Amino acid sequence: MTTSGAAVPIIQATGLTHTFTVGGRTVEAVRGVDFEVRPGEIIGFLGPNGAGKTTTLRILTTLLKPTAGRATVVGVDVNADPAGVRRRIGYVAQSGGTDGNCRVAEELILQARLYGIARHDAVRRAADLCDRLDLTGLADRPMKTLSGGQRRRTDIALGLVHQPSLVFLDEPSVGLDPQSRSDLWAHIRRLRDELGTTVFLTTHYLDEADALCDRILVMNHGRVIAEGTPDALKRRISGDVISLTLGGDADRAKAVLAECPGLDEIAVSGQTVRLTAEGGERALVWLLRTADRADLDLRSVNIARPTLDDVFLALTGSSLSENDS
Amino acid sequence: MSVISESLLIFTRQMRLSLRSPAWPVIGLFQPALYLAFLGPLLVRVAGAGVDGLPAGAAWRFFVPGLLIQLGLFGPLFAGLSIIADLRSGVFERMRVTPVSRFALLAGRVMRDTVVLLAQTAVLLAVAYGFGLRAPLPGLLLMFVFVAAIAIGLSALSHGLGLLVRSEESFTPLLNAAAVPLLLLSGILLPMTLAPRWLDVVSRLTPFRYVVDGMRTALYGDYTGSVVMAGAAVAVATAAVCLLLGARLFARRNT
Repeated sequence: MTTSGAAVPIIQATGLTHTFTVGGRTVEAVRGVDFEVRPGEIIGFLGPNGAGKTTTLRILTTLLKPTAGRATVVGVDVNADPAGVRRRIGYVAQSGGTDGNCRVAEELILQARLYGIARHDAVRRAADLCDRLDLTGLADRPMKTLSGGQRRRTDIALGLVHQPSLVFLDEPSVGLDPQSRSDLWAHIRRLRDELGTTVFLTTHYLDEADALCDRILVMNHGRVIAEGTPDALKRRISGDVISLTLGGDADRAKAVLAECPGLDEIAVSGQTVRLTAEGGERALVWLLRTADRADLDLRSVNIARPTLDDVFLALTGSSLSENDS
Repeated sequence: MSVISESLLIFTRQMRLSLRSPAWPVIGLFQPALYLAFLGPLLVRVAGAGVDGLPAGAAWRFFVPGLLIQLGLFGPLFAGLSIIADLRSGVFERMRVTPVSRFALLAGRVMRDTVVLLAQTAVLLAVAYGFGLRAPLPGLLLMFVFVAAIAIGLSALSHGLGLLVRSEESFTPLLNAAAVPLLLLSGILLPMTLAPRWLDVVSRLTPFRYVVDGMRTALYGDYTGSVVMAGAAVAVATAAVCLLLGARLFARRNT
């Protein structure tokens, strides 16, 4: 046990399982998922469509009852006190949650009032959120007249209106153009940096998980198959890829460089020696020194991290980007 | 926050949306108005000829309650379509992750449908007055009480079913399949006293038979007799059962 408040997990899931039957067939959407989320993290579920990300999120947000297992969210058990969980969290569904004929401010005010916030406070918070999420001037516009990015930011504002310490975002950037996506990412980062909000998102976009998340839980077929920071995941799975181009004898270079610490693989193609190594930066220093000492005619060096797609491929045998299509 | 104030929040939102696109309540009035104009005059003649259960001179008082039931069966009974739309847009889920009472989510919507049907009733009664409906004021006021009970029951049932069925393609035919027999068996066009015995028996197994008879009797000026009481009891009991059923469906977590 620890005495530090910050170390108490804001989400703790143990053996979460959800099965349902469709046409007499039993589908195991989530199969015994365990994980913890610390306060102030931006954490992401990464996985293809159908991996069980949304189902897990719906359990944590009290929309679904788990078939087995338990979860506490902001210190409250989802089974024992779902209303208590609801008071403490925000949730933005993948489909959003707005009606085209409703107006931005009136929905924000209503949403605040559903959390029991008095009317004058609700009005003020709606205005604050419009400022914070670049929705100023859109307050009285019907939702159907908003752009995709504006509507998505409205969805997120609706999930934040009661200032929850934990917010769930299900596929926050699906269907947005690149500019709106990076704007949205900036908003999500600011939410954590300025307010300390814990953000739990799901995504099947590698770049989103990579750019936004402090930590990733890789999900496939209803299980968490790996977790860690994006960098740790990439390092752990494949090592870094280093390419050295030489003016002289590449085969001699290969023989000399094969002693590299942390080496996984080394291969020559034409004038290039390609090697993969755990902890590429350290290997690179050794490689440069050794090349110098052995008097190799080194022309250029390139180091590349494996992408999360490489990680996913290594873990599951199928590529996430193929799964996506 | 109390369930009542939560319900009022939802009601206000739904009502605002209805007022923003008032087409449906207006279109809903169109069909009963056609019946008033094109069938009412025939019924006046039929009544004049002396038909059992259709007193001469009471043709409009006989006919209008049936049209009010019809308004209910094609208005609030189809209100669940809006919850399917809210499911699809994510609005319903957004509200379900707030701590608001599950019952308020239903009650606010039912209140909207009830207010709309009461407004339609006022319009229909005014039009019927133009055609020649004359009835004592307490009887007319009782129409609103009956209509409120009908709206509460049908709307609650429809919203609950909407959550179960979840698709407009299945929901609409399902309700049509239920609404038309319920309407015919209530005896809205001709008195069920004309029916052969088997039809009379079947008709007595459906709630609106009692409700429409009670409403007619109230318009004839009898407010406390057994027919009115039976109609009121059936209307209130149906409303209560449907509301309970709807509330249970709204409270479910696994949907």
